[in-house]
Amino acid sequence: MAFAPFLIPLTALALSLLLFGGFVSLAGANALEVYHSIYRGAFGTWFSWQNTLVSAAPLMLTALCTALPARLGLIVIGGEGAVVLGGLAAALTGLALIEANPWVALFGMALAAMLAGGLLIGLVGWLRHSRNVNETISSLLFNYISIAILSFLVIGVLRDPETLNKPSTHHIGETHMLGALGESSIHWGFGFGLIACLLLWILYKRTVFGFAVDMVGGNARAARLSGLPVGRIVFLVCLMGGAAAGLAGMVEVAAVHGRANTSLNAGYGYEGILIAFAARHHPLAIVPMAILFGGIRAAGSLMQRDHDLPDATSLVLQGMIFILLLASEAVFAHLARKRGGAA
Amino acid sequence: MDKEQNKTTDQNRRAALKGLAGLGLGTIAGGFGIGDAEAAKKVVMGFIYVGPRDDYGYNQAHFEGKSAIAKQSWIKAVDQENVPETIAVQKAMESMINLDGAQVIFPTSFGYFDPHILKIAPKYPNVMFLHCGGLYDASKHPKNVGSYFGYIDEAVYVSGIVAGHMSKTGKLGYIAAIPIPQVLRNINNFTMAARSVNPKITVQVVFTGGWSNPVKEAESANSLIDQGVDVLTCHVDSPKVVVETAEKRGVYSCGYHADQSKLAPKGFLTGAEWNWSKIYLDYATMIAKGAKIPNLIRGGFKEGLVKSSPYGKAVSAKARAHADKARAQFMKGGFVVYQGPIKDNTGREVIAKGKSYSQTDLWLESMDWLVEGVIGRTKG
Repeated sequence: MAFAPFLIPLTALALSLLLFGGFVSLAGANALEVYHSIYRGAFGTWFSWQNTLVSAAPLMLTALCTALPARLGLIVIGGEGAVVLGGLAAALTGLALIEANPWVALFGMALAAMLAGGLLIGLVGWLRHSRNVNETISSLLFNYISIAILSFLVIGVLRDPETLNKPSTHHIGETHMLGALGESSIHWGFGFGLIACLLLWILYKRTVFGFAVDMVGGNARAARLSGLPVGRIVFLVCLMGGAAAGLAGMVEVAAVHGRANTSLNAGYGYEGILIAFAARHHPLAIVPMAILFGGIRAAGSLMQRDHDLPDATSLVLQGMIFILLLASEAVFAHLARKRGGAA
Repeated sequence: MDKEQNKTTDQNRRAALKGLAGLGLGTIAGGFGIGDAEAAKKVVMGFIYVGPRDDYGYNQAHFEGKSAIAKQSWIKAVDQENVPETIAVQKAMESMINLDGAQVIFPTSFGYFDPHILKIAPKYPNVMFLHCGGLYDASKHPKNVGSYFGYIDEAVYVSGIVAGHMSKTGKLGYIAAIPIPQVLRNINNFTMAARSVNPKITVQVVFTGGWSNPVKEAESANSLIDQGVDVLTCHVDSPKVVVETAEKRGVYSCGYHADQSKLAPKGFLTGAEWNWSKIYLDYATMIAKGAKIPNLIRGGFKEGLVKSSPYGKAVSAKARAHADKARAQFMKGGFVVYQGPIKDNTGREVIAKGKSYSQTDLWLESMDWLVEGVIGRTKG
């Protein structure tokens, strides 16, 4: 059964594509042509690959915000808020360091963003551990608070008066923008996502800290009895998850917009939740999942233009993949248990 | 838009695309009724909307404009909905250029301009990027960028006159997204028009904080009605919720962006609408003829860029006559709304006696005040 970890998701993927083909046929499109458009729009050419990878970049980072605390048994859905606060902190730091060397400024922006996002989710973890506040509800509510803070500040004191009809902060300066990877149009956010997923996988798989996290996730009381500082571990793990999402916000500001504004609130945080669950909270599995979902985002564009399908079509495909992935897990686990029982 | 209509536009579009495929992509010999044009190729136009095509509002108005011109056999129009103001719109523009061969792109949301259009336009000097909203500056921006916009506040002024006639309580309600110049200008026009009918009228404003915030829009509508407001209007991406809530509660409503009369058969008065089909056809004709496209296009009723929704059956003959007269003045040109003395709602004089700002005056595009008679504030 060495192939099982790959076989199960691939079967689920194939099934959802079949189901989706039926769905688009009902909507009046030719399923085979739609498959071709998905391929052409997401993976067919270097242009579409870049498209896919750029869409995947923020999703890898926001997925970590849900995936990391999930190992503790916490369901955190505050990625959106961490992106927003991270972007805001990055823009503020960028403006404060506008005279500084670009490297210093970018480093400062990344640090500030990670701190802002990290502290937000860290607070969620702390509230859970010491006040027993449900982390799912609190992180969801923190999303709304973060978005409100951003709107309040960019419409109010931080607003660049030149941004008349799209209230935004001042620009961090063209020379301080985060560039692209090599000759491509893929910004550094993709590199950050890859590195973050890899580092956190190593942390979880190969370090004592990772082992401690699994212990707390397995049985928090037992972990405490063995002398583990459970509260600190919960806070740190949430801090790291929030920092990853915060970094996604920094990339949005430093690589795309140059300013903080309500475009930070584009739903990356929510899509990250989906990817974290689809990847079963495994940091390395997040990478292909994010690329798959990024590809669907990129292909959505062609499904609309070539086949007159509504934008929601790509959401339907995402939803089908998601549900079949989770369902296949359950079915296979059930089969394995049955077989195990018979043997 | 009802389903039936939607279906026929879709079928037309599909038929057009099929025809195109049959004849081989792009090149179709012979002009297709553009007079003397030697157009051997279809004009390929790409449209990008920030929300859904059928939102009864801002995006639907653009979609209707696009659908109207897509009927021309020499035009191929592609579009994409729900594109956020992120790197996604950069990718959508590039994809239309690279995969569909678009010669002109219409990214229709304000937030698409800076940084997105400004970043992509220099990469494709042969493609024209025409942005709806008007931020073009010849000294700063690439030559293949332009902007177009309509003085919809003229049509809002006409709505204000109708609202002023129809209100019994003298209290009007305005549900607006965020306090930016274009929104404030509409609120001020509406208020001044209504008060030209009855100087005692007040307009209560609620800012919802976002362009598409249906829950807050419904709450605001209900609370305004509870306070005695009997005509509601709005400036949000989709007026659907406000107009429907007004109808349900039995008060009048004025629409915005597109025609919402179907949503409120009893209480709908009139509305301010865009008329994009004209300008989109103008642009297509210019491209087909190889004419130079102006970087900045502006206009109101006179230029055919805006229109009023047909009057609802509740509108009195007196209101109709007065509103028709105001529209005729705009059509003639030279009617100035911002004529001093004008005070803001804190009592400060913003336009002195004898001073006036005509429609094209750029000063009006940085408006940050609310006129006397408005209840509300532009800053927290």
